[in-house]
Parts: sequence; C-alpha cells; structure tokens
Amino acid sequence: MDIVSALMDGLWIAVQPHNLALAVIGVIVGLFVGALPGLGSVNGVAILLPFTFVINEATSDPAAPMIFLAAIYYGAMYGGAISSITLGIPGASTAVATTFDGRPMALKGEADRALVTAAVASFIGGTVATLFFTGFAPMLSSVALDFGNPEIFALMLLAFATFIGLGGDDIPKTMFSIFFGLLLATIGFDTISGEPRLVFMNEREQTALLETFGGNTDAVPFFDSVSWFSRGIQFLVLAIGVYGIGEMLWTINASRYKVTMTETKISFSRIMRGIVGMKDCWKGTTIGSLLGFFVGILPAAGATPGSLMSYGVSKMTSRNPRSYGEGNPDGVAAPEAANNSASTGAMLPMMTLGIPGSPTTAVLLAGMVIWGLEPGPRLFEDRPEFVWPLIGSFYVSNLVAVIVNLAFIPLFLAVLRMPFTILAPVIFVLSIVGTYAAYDNMYDVWLMVLFGFGAYFLRVLDYPLAPAVLAVVLGATAEEKMRQSLLLSDGNFAIFWNPFFDRDGKGQEWWIAPVTTWIAVILIALPIILWGVRRMRGGAAAEARG
Amino acid sequence: MRRAEFVTAVVLALFSVYLMWKSGEGPEWDTEYIHWANTGVNIDNSGPGKGFWPFYLALGMLVSCIWIMFNSIRRTSPPSQSDEPFMDGYARRMLLTVGGGLIGFLILIDIVSMYFAIAIFMFYYMLFLGRHPLMLSLVTSLVVPFWLYLFFDIVMTKVQPKGMRWMEDAFYNPAGELFRGMSLVSILLCFIVTGAILAWVARSANRTGDA
Repeated sequence: MDIVSALMDGLWIAVQPHNLALAVIGVIVGLFVGALPGLGSVNGVAILLPFTFVINEATSDPAAPMIFLAAIYYGAMYGGAISSITLGIPGASTAVATTFDGRPMALKGEADRALVTAAVASFIGGTVATLFFTGFAPMLSSVALDFGNPEIFALMLLAFATFIGLGGDDIPKTMFSIFFGLLLATIGFDTISGEPRLVFMNEREQTALLETFGGNTDAVPFFDSVSWFSRGIQFLVLAIGVYGIGEMLWTINASRYKVTMTETKISFSRIMRGIVGMKDCWKGTTIGSLLGFFVGILPAAGATPGSLMSYGVSKMTSRNPRSYGEGNPDGVAAPEAANNSASTGAMLPMMTLGIPGSPTTAVLLAGMVIWGLEPGPRLFEDRPEFVWPLIGSFYVSNLVAVIVNLAFIPLFLAVLRMPFTILAPVIFVLSIVGTYAAYDNMYDVWLMVLFGFGAYFLRVLDYPLAPAVLAVVLGATAEEKMRQSLLLSDGNFAIFWNPFFDRDGKGQEWWIAPVTTWIAVILIALPIILWGVRRMRGGAAAEARG
Repeated sequence: MRRAEFVTAVVLALFSVYLMWKSGEGPEWDTEYIHWANTGVNIDNSGPGKGFWPFYLALGMLVSCIWIMFNSIRRTSPPSQSDEPFMDGYARRMLLTVGGGLIGFLILIDIVSMYFAIAIFMFYYMLFLGRHPLMLSLVTSLVVPFWLYLFFDIVMTKVQPKGMRWMEDAFYNPAGELFRGMSLVSILLCFIVTGAILAWVARSANRTGDA
C-alpha cells in the first residue's frame, strides 16, 4: 500500500502543469533527435543537460530537471524507429532490429501500420517495464548483481544462438556473417592487454612501407587512415553502411523491376485499424517487454542487445518464421517493445546501485549527481520526494510519447511520398552526415561507404547481413566477459557449462551460466541438425524419384 | 552467378586465413615472440591471449567459406542455381553513376565542406539521375543542406567538416555568427520556412519526377 500511495503522490507531482509541459517538450525533442541517424538518446540527454540548470531555476522543483531528461530519453527511444521504417536507416543502434521488418512493411505500403505498431509496442514495453520498476526495484537490482562474467557471456551466447535463425536457410552464409561481425568487433586495441590487433598495419610495417616511397607520406594513398584502424570498427559505421548505402544501392538496382516505395495513405481510421491490429502482435510485444526489461537491468547490456535478442526470440518462437524480414508486424513490435522496456530497465541499476546500464543512463547518472542526489540502495528511502515523481514521470512520458508519436505519423509518412529519386540522395546524405555526427571522423565515413559497397555485393549473393550487424554490437562485450571468465577458471571452459564447476567462492549463482549455455548450444545445433535432416530427406526423395 | 558465388567464397576464405595469421602476431616490441603464442587459452595463468578470440572466429569464417564453396559446387545454394549474371549492364551503370557520385561526394567534403558537397551531390542526383526540372533540383539542393546545417551545426552543435580554409572564412564564420546570435524562436521559424519549402518540393516532385 505504501508503494501505491507513494506512486500516486509521484504521479500527482509529475502531472503538474510545469512537469507535464517539460515532459511534452522533452518527448518532442527526443523524438526528432532519435529519428535522425547519428544522433541518439545519449546525444539528446548530454546536449540538453545544461538546460536543466535553467529548468531548476525556473521551477524550483527538484524532480523537474530529471523529468525533462527522462522524457528526452523516452522520446529518442520512440524516434529511433521512425527513420528505420521510413528511410531504412536505423536512427540509433537500438532501432536496428526495427529496420528488418519495418522497412519491408514501408516498401509494401504499410508504413502507417509499422509506425503505429512501433509506437504502441513501445508504449506497452515502457509501461510494463515501469510497472516492474515500481514494484520490484530493490529485488531486481540484486538479481542483476547475480550476473557475473560467465553468466553475461552465456547470455551473449544465447543471443548469438537466436541470430542463427535470422539468416534464413543458408546456414553457412549466416554463420559466416556472425563470425565476420564478431571479428570486426575485435579490431583495434585489445581492452585487456592494451595491445593493438588486426589493425591492418603495425608501426613497423608502416615504416617499411614508407621507406619504399622515400619517406613521403603523401605518396601513399590513405596512409594516414591506416592507423585509424586502431580505433576499431564502430557499430553505426557498419549498420549505416549496410542499411543506408548497401540496401539503397540494392533497391536502386532492383527498382528496374519496380521494387520501389508503395504510396502510403493515412487517415484517422487507418491509425485506429493499426492500433486494433496490435492484437496480432501480442506475442512479439510480450517477448520484447519482458526480455527487454530483463536484459536492460543487466550491467553493460542495455537496450540494443535487448531489442536484438527479442527480435531473434520472437522469430524463433513464431509459427511462421519465414515471414520475418518480409514485413511481419511482430518483427517491429518485439524490438520496439524491448528497447523501451530495456531503457526503463537500465534506469534500475542506475538508481538503486549507482551502476549505469547504458551510455545514456551514465549521462543521466551524471545529471543526478549534479543535482545533489546519491544513487544507491538508500535513494528510495532518503529522497522519496525525488524518486517517486521521477517514476511517475516514466508513466506520464510514456503516455505523452505515444500520443505525440501517433499525432506525428502523417508528417513522417510525408517523407515516403517523395519520389524515390529525391528520397535516395536524401538517404545517402543522411547516412554520411549521421556517421560524421556520431564519430567526428572522415575515416569512419569512408569506411561506412566501403562497407555499403561490400554489403551490396554480398546482398546480391544472398549473404544475410543482419547477423553481422548484430554480432558487432555484442562482440566486444562477449569477448571481454569470456576472457574474464576464463581468467577466473584458469582457462577452463567448464565454467560456462558445468553446474558443478568449483569457482572457489568467486562466482555467482551456480546454475545461471550452465543452464543458459546449454539452452544456447541446443538452439545453435537445432537449425543445423534440422537442415541436415531436410537435406538427407530431400536427397532420399530425389533418389526415390530418380 | 554461380561463378561469382564461388570466387567470392574463395576470396573470403583467403581473407580468413590472412586474419588467422594476423591474429597470431605478437607485440611489436617483443622480438622473442613466437607466432601463434597469443592464441592460447591460458597464457601464464592470465587467461586467453589477445589473439585467441579473433583466431577462432577467423577459423569459423574459413570453415563457413569452405561450406559455401561446397554448396556452390553441388549447386545447392540459390545463387549457384541461378542463370542470371552477377552484374548486368544496368547494375554496372548504376554503380558507376550512383556509386561514383557517392565517392565524388566524399572527395568534395574535404574541399568545399560537407554542406556544399551535399548541395552538389543532390543537384547532380536530382537533375541527371532523377531527371527533375532544373529549378526543383536547384531549390532542393539548397534547402536540404541549409536545413541540415541549422539542425546539426547550430542547434545540436555537431559541427560538420568545413572544407578548405577559405570556405570557412567566406561562408561559415559569418553564417555561424549570424545564426548563433539569433533567438531560439527565430531558428524555429527558419526550420518552419525551410520545412514548408521542402513540402512544396515534395508536392512538385510528385508531379514531375521520374519516380
């Protein structure tokens, strides 16, 4: 009863006119920031952090600045889906999985339904997560602490297992795509030993090359760029390259067969039909809401892995997995519910333990510290006048975000009414400007375009590229957790799969890693076995016919 | 298509072998290092070396490529069953005009700045590839970079490349002074006006374009 009354008090403060106005402004700003490639919630929150001083001075309300920042965070999470669906470029890493089915829906003339599905699924995901947050925050934060290095690696393995199903029937090409993505994530400085690896050319080789050109750096094309490989391959560089450049080149090539945008009509009744149609997406929305929240509360996970895993699980458990990637609304609902759910989940360790679960929550944590709050287990007891209005604002921001999002759908769809010969260069331009805005480096822009050309050729040859993009996101974390686990076990892999492995008192819950690992192994092996069985049956049938 | 699939798999397999070799390299300063040593799982009781993870990933890539080649030889993959050419005349022309335009765009960024390069690329694409009327192409290629400049450089302070020094002195310094001195309402007004022009462009283009 205490929680309910505290929440009611918090909601009452959150709906005060000044806080409500801040939530609306924050959501609109976040929506546009999230929709543009290269800018995500972290940019919006970080850039507008100084504005909170003005807000605090104007309102004298301790919760108002954080309500504003939280609204931007929510708005950006909703906004990421907009460019994924309308332009095919993921607005942020959290919206990559939305592109897989959102874009085909737009191409089929169902962009309005995709946008409505994304908005409503985001609302459901965000609300479910906030309910969990309200009721079980302290308990869930202790669950998150049970996840050590082996458990998180096992979870990553589970994510990769779900990716196997993303590539369709061509198992070797899907496997290649996953390995390639994981390998791209290893380029640069090794975070454990601090040594460079796979940087194309080390200093000694660079010097030798330079000597052959008489020491003239200008004589060697892109000589300065070579050392940039030590920065590694950034996730958005690959994602925008694949979807912004590669996919567009493929669409232009295919446009001679009239594979272009289908004009989308919009009306109030179509939006309402889209909302009613959400009942067909209950499965993806449920998976996204629950799995997203769970992944979100884990340290160093966040909304991107949450949305990708939800998409994979939703596809694996679907009765019609082949429809994924072809414009299945469940494929939009699952990642969108998940990224909103995870973004709320990521606030949980931030507020209860002082551990940020994502880059954006790290900036929010900085904001809390600026305003004299000490995140930790005692925050709920020491500063209820701050905590409950903030939780109340999560509910309010979610509601405001879904209303604003639905209201703006006609504007977003106007983009799709442009002829393809204007839309295509705009997408190329946004890809380039967005990549530069994200990393402030022309090397990344060139690399992105090169990836785009490579993606085009591989796409023609039926290589699935989504698994590579997903693998790049999780690659660095997976390797780090695996190596730290093996350090703990003196190089013994049993730490991942053996429930009786003795961790010498250094470990966490003994059953989590082995159970997760075994589920992942079964999921990885299953499609390969099924594929083999199908091939054998096919071969036997052909022999019988022959 | 079948030959392209096979050749691509061979090239990617060779690339995988190269990456396996690179994974086994040691630190530059360690002259006594034995190649492959850092691919071990527990080196001096300090866990896997830096090459362990990339080495086995590259090995996985190699195995996948051999599997792809095998499928291609047996004609069990869709590209190996297809009679279509990997790249026909249209695809080659498309890569030359669109891909070439993109490369030109990137080269121009360092010379004339991001926003002027956008203007040139948009104009080229709309007029020559899209075959839109001259005026429409001109207006769009001026409005789009202006809108992006306002959003990225002025509002979000995400500054884009300004090209050669003279470009910065001639255009961006005066423009920066002008817009950063303006109130938020005036900037918002600029967005609305340019947005209205873009809406007009979209309407006109629907009637005239080669969609």
